[in-house]
Amino acid sequence: MTAIEQEYVPPVRPQSFIRRLFSSRPVAISAAILIVIVLVSVFAGIVTGSQPFQIRPRMRLHAPNAMFRFGSDALGRDVFSLVLFGGRLSLLVGFFVALVSAVFGTLLGLIAGYFRIIDGVVMRIMDGIMAIPGVLFAVALVSLVGPRLGTIVAAISFSEIPRVTRLVRSVVLTVREEAYVKAAESMGIPTPLVLFRHILPSCIAPLIVQTTYIFAAAILLEAVLGFLGVGFPPDIPTWGNVLAEGRAVFQRGPWTIIAPGLFLAVTVMAVNILGDGLRDRLDPKLSRNAKVAA
Amino acid sequence: MVRLMLWRIASAIPVMLIVATIVFVLLRLSPGDPAAVIAGDTAGPEVIARVRAELGLDRSIPVQYLTWIGELARGNLGVSILSKQPVLAQIKDRLEPTLVLAFSAMVITILFAVPLGAIAAWRHNSWIDRAVMALSVVGFSVPVFMTGYILILCLSIWADILPVQGYVSPASDPLGAVSHLILPSLSLALLFMALIARVTRSSVLEILGEDFIRTARAKGGNNSRILWRHALPNAAVPIITVIGLGVALLISGVVVTESVFNLPGVGRLTIDAILARDYPVVQGLIMFFALIYVGVNMLIDIACAFVDPRVRL
Repeated sequence: MTAIEQEYVPPVRPQSFIRRLFSSRPVAISAAILIVIVLVSVFAGIVTGSQPFQIRPRMRLHAPNAMFRFGSDALGRDVFSLVLFGGRLSLLVGFFVALVSAVFGTLLGLIAGYFRIIDGVVMRIMDGIMAIPGVLFAVALVSLVGPRLGTIVAAISFSEIPRVTRLVRSVVLTVREEAYVKAAESMGIPTPLVLFRHILPSCIAPLIVQTTYIFAAAILLEAVLGFLGVGFPPDIPTWGNVLAEGRAVFQRGPWTIIAPGLFLAVTVMAVNILGDGLRDRLDPKLSRNAKVAA
Repeated sequence: MVRLMLWRIASAIPVMLIVATIVFVLLRLSPGDPAAVIAGDTAGPEVIARVRAELGLDRSIPVQYLTWIGELARGNLGVSILSKQPVLAQIKDRLEPTLVLAFSAMVITILFAVPLGAIAAWRHNSWIDRAVMALSVVGFSVPVFMTGYILILCLSIWADILPVQGYVSPASDPLGAVSHLILPSLSLALLFMALIARVTRSSVLEILGEDFIRTARAKGGNNSRILWRHALPNAAVPIITVIGLGVALLISGVVVTESVFNLPGVGRLTIDAILARDYPVVQGLIMFFALIYVGVNMLIDIACAFVDPRVRL
């Protein structure tokens, strides 16, 4: 019994997560589209050239041509520039809403799922928030407090928080019965540590998927706010504001609506497809229903 | 069954109470004096004081809160500052277009989305499945107002077969009403269809994997009979539940659709009230919409118990 000869088995290298994610063609295309949209928004100044918002009264409502790639709006401004610059704020709102609602929703979900006494109260409050139409709440809050980035992010996040809370709570409810959590508790590990180090990691995968969907929903809602005339001040280009300006002249210049709307729709679609891809890879059990019901 | 119904009705009360509290806090979130905001920039101090008294804002916060809840409990949603009309009367005046729109969108959705979703599940991974899923991603991503404007552009402006905007009451001119309704209900329905088709597909797909479906097949059951008589009814509960949850989507969609198509409904009333800073009306309308949402979902929970005995347990 000296040396046991073992056949050499080369270790199986698991395919990297990124590679598996992008093996689906729609997901890869969506990611590419998103990267392009983010890049052209960030570098909008370089792409559009100087004086992007110059008002040219004599060039009102020109159809798309060599000078105005997406046509010009009712003030003679270049719709192409407006749309590219508009993407900045729209994407920023989406990002912050996803972040804020993920953080608050996760905290509330952890608390509701772990401390059974508070659960009923927290979840009833979430039910209450879900009963209020998100658009109306956001429109009312923004018109009351004023259209600043913080207000708009808060107004949209508010109605997205229950989705995250319900999701995290449901994960906590199953995980807290696991042996390793019971072990951690019985070892006297402080409760916050149990929550964040032992329970939270199980929530991360569904949380990433949900956050992606919220990002998409937030961009849509910001556009609705702008469209209804209560978003950012009209002189700041966002997709919603460009759409709102286009409303009045839609019949004579449909490109004022179609160009920003197309960017908006393509972005939201790409984010949604990316979310579906992430869901399939990260958490095959989490069905599309979870997104809908939450 | 009666106990379930009573329990469901009772559990709606705390939810509505929380909505009322959120709406109450919302109005008091404004920086500075809400009375001054409502009265407008040009109002003098005496006007602001009058508005404050009218709204009861001169009383202490707890008194204001209890008054608000008390009035709601008696079914009083408040009185408009601008028109001096009770909110409930205003809602009644504007309810017809909204109901007609929401109802026709709902009918279109159920007529198309449920069969499409079921067929997609039946032909899992076929081209028809992929087409339905792709359409559903599109429907989810294209904003309602975009759908609306594209429809107007194609069917009203270029093809010129349907009216652009406006509302005709079905009572006065049924044919005109239908032609005015097609575009708004289609654009509202597209979003809703995306949701329902997806849920129908996944729900039916799950049922098709069950043993009793295999048994039915083994017995040589007719394919379409298996799908429509065995699979779909058993997949109904999640579909009905999501239709209820989708009412939130429908309400938000109605607000936007009414703005796009210039329909004089409750959604337009809300936006007009918000832009005019008529806050009692805004408060009342949010309560109204929340009540609709909670009420519909309550009815749907009870309906699910009727459809599926398993829920009753």
